[in-house]
Amino acid sequence: MKSIISYITEILKGVWTLLTGMKVTAKYFFTPWKHVTQQYPENRLTLKIADRFRGEVIMPHNENNEHKCTGCGICEINCPNGSIEIITKTLMTDEGKKKRAIDQHIYHLGMCTFCNLCVKACPTGAIVMGQKFEHAVWDRSKLTKVLNQPGSKIMEGVKD
Amino acid sequence: MAFNIYDFTTLTKSIHEGLSSQLSPTATLAIEWTIVGLAYLLFVALFGLFLVYAERKVCAAFQQRMGPMRVGPWGLLQTIADFIKLLMKELITPRDADKFLYNLAPFIVIIVSFLVISVIPFAPGLSTFDFDIGIFFVTAVSSVGVIGILLAGWSSNNKYSLIGAMRSGAQIVSYELSVGLSLITMIILAETMQISGIVEGQREMWFIFKGHIPAVIAFLVFIIAGTAETNRGPFDLAEAESELTAGFHTEYSGIKFAFFFLAEYINLFIVAAMATTVFLGGWMPLHFGDFEGFNQIMDLIPGLFWFFFKVLGVIFLMMWFKWTFPRLRVDQILNLEWKYLLPINLFNILLMAAVVLFGLHF
Repeated sequence: MKSIISYITEILKGVWTLLTGMKVTAKYFFTPWKHVTQQYPENRLTLKIADRFRGEVIMPHNENNEHKCTGCGICEINCPNGSIEIITKTLMTDEGKKKRAIDQHIYHLGMCTFCNLCVKACPTGAIVMGQKFEHAVWDRSKLTKVLNQPGSKIMEGVKD
Repeated sequence: MAFNIYDFTTLTKSIHEGLSSQLSPTATLAIEWTIVGLAYLLFVALFGLFLVYAERKVCAAFQQRMGPMRVGPWGLLQTIADFIKLLMKELITPRDADKFLYNLAPFIVIIVSFLVISVIPFAPGLSTFDFDIGIFFVTAVSSVGVIGILLAGWSSNNKYSLIGAMRSGAQIVSYELSVGLSLITMIILAETMQISGIVEGQREMWFIFKGHIPAVIAFLVFIIAGTAETNRGPFDLAEAESELTAGFHTEYSGIKFAFFFLAEYINLFIVAAMATTVFLGGWMPLHFGDFEGFNQIMDLIPGLFWFFFKVLGVIFLMMWFKWTFPRLRVDQILNLEWKYLLPINLFNILLMAAVVLFGLHF
C-alpha cells in the first residue's frame, strides 16, 4: 500500500514539475515584446551596446587634444599576443630635464583578443575599451591603428 | 457544381455524377483517384511547409527569439527557399550501402504517412476511406513506418544510423502499445471503430467532456505516446543531434532527406488529427448541452475550420512541450512506457469500462 501511494505521488510530483517548466516557456511565448533578438542592420541607429562590451581599445582625448598616456609601456608588456607597440620620444622640459613621452601608441586590432589586460594594467587610465564593433575593412593594414591623435600631448598633472 | 462549405458531400457527388455521365465507370474511377491523389499531395506539401515554418517560429518564441525574419515578410518564404535548396542538392549514396534498401526506405516512410492520412475526415464528406475498422487501420498501418526507419538505419552502413534506427525501433514498438490502449479506451465510449461513427457520436458533446476523467487521462497518454511515435522531442533520441549527428537519416541528402523530414511533419499532423477526431470531436462544432443560441452560433463556423482549429491547437501543445522538456535517455523512455504509461492505461481502460457500464458519463 505504501509503495502504491509513493508511486502515485511520484507521478503527480513529476507532472507538477513538468507543468512548472511549461509555465516558464508559456510566459516567454506570450510576451513576444520581451524577446532578446535584435534586428541588427535595421536598428543600427537606435542600437544600444552595453557599457562593458569590449569592441576595441581606444585612447580618449579631451577637447584640447590631450591624452593621459605617459608612454610607460606597461600595456605593451601586459599584452599576451603583442597587439600593442609603444614608440616613445624624448622631450626637453622647461627646466632643462629630459622627459619620456609617447610618440605612437600602435594597436593591432587584427591580433587583439579583447582580454582587457592592457586596460587593467594602465597606471594612468589612458586607454579604455570602446563599444564600436563594426571593424570590417577591405585591407588588413587598416586594422593597425595609432591610438594617440596627431599633435596630441599629455594632460597636465598626469605623472608616471 | 454545387459547393457548400458546411457539407462537401454535394460537391463530391456532383463531381462524380458529372464525370460518370461523360465517361465509362473505369475512366471515372481513374480520374477520381488522380484528383484525390493530387489533392493529398498538394495538401501534404503545403501543410508540411507551413508546419516547418510554424515550428521554427513557435520554437523561437519559446526561446525568446524571433525565428526566420529575412526571406519574405516575417520570413514567410523561408521554408519554400529551404525546399528548393533540398530539391537541388546532390543525392549521395554511401559506397558500402545496401543500394536497394537505402533507396526504398524513404518511400516506405512517406507512403505510410499518406496511407494514414487517407482515413482522416477533414470535414463532412471530405474523407477518402471510411472503414468499419478505421481506428484499427490507423494503428496497424502507422506501425509499418518503423520498418522504413529500421531499413534506413540498417542500409546506410553507418553506426550512427544503426544506433538511431534501433533506438527508434525500441521506442516505437513500446509506445505503439500505449497509443493502441488509449484509443481502445475511447472505442469503449464510442462503441464503434468506424471513424465517421466516432465523429458522429460527438455531435452533442466531445468525447473528452463526455468521458470526463478517464477520457482526459487517455488524451494525455495519447499525446505523450503519439509524440514518442513520431520521434519528436522530448523523445527524439533516435535522431539526437548531440550524440548521433542525425540518427537514421544521417546518410541521406537532398529529396530523400526531405522525404524523412516531410514524413515527420505529416506524422505530427496525423497524431494531432487523430487526437482531434477521437477526443475533440473531429470537425464537430463545440456544443454545450442546452444553450441553443450558443450552439447555433458555433454551427455557423464550417467544420473544416473547426477541424484545423483543433488540429493546430494540438500541434501547438506538442510543440510547446517539445521546446520545453529536455530529451529523455533510452532507459528513461522505456521506464516511462512500461512502468508508468502502461499501468495507468490498463487501469484507465477498467475505469472507462466501469463508467460506460454504469452510465456515469454525461
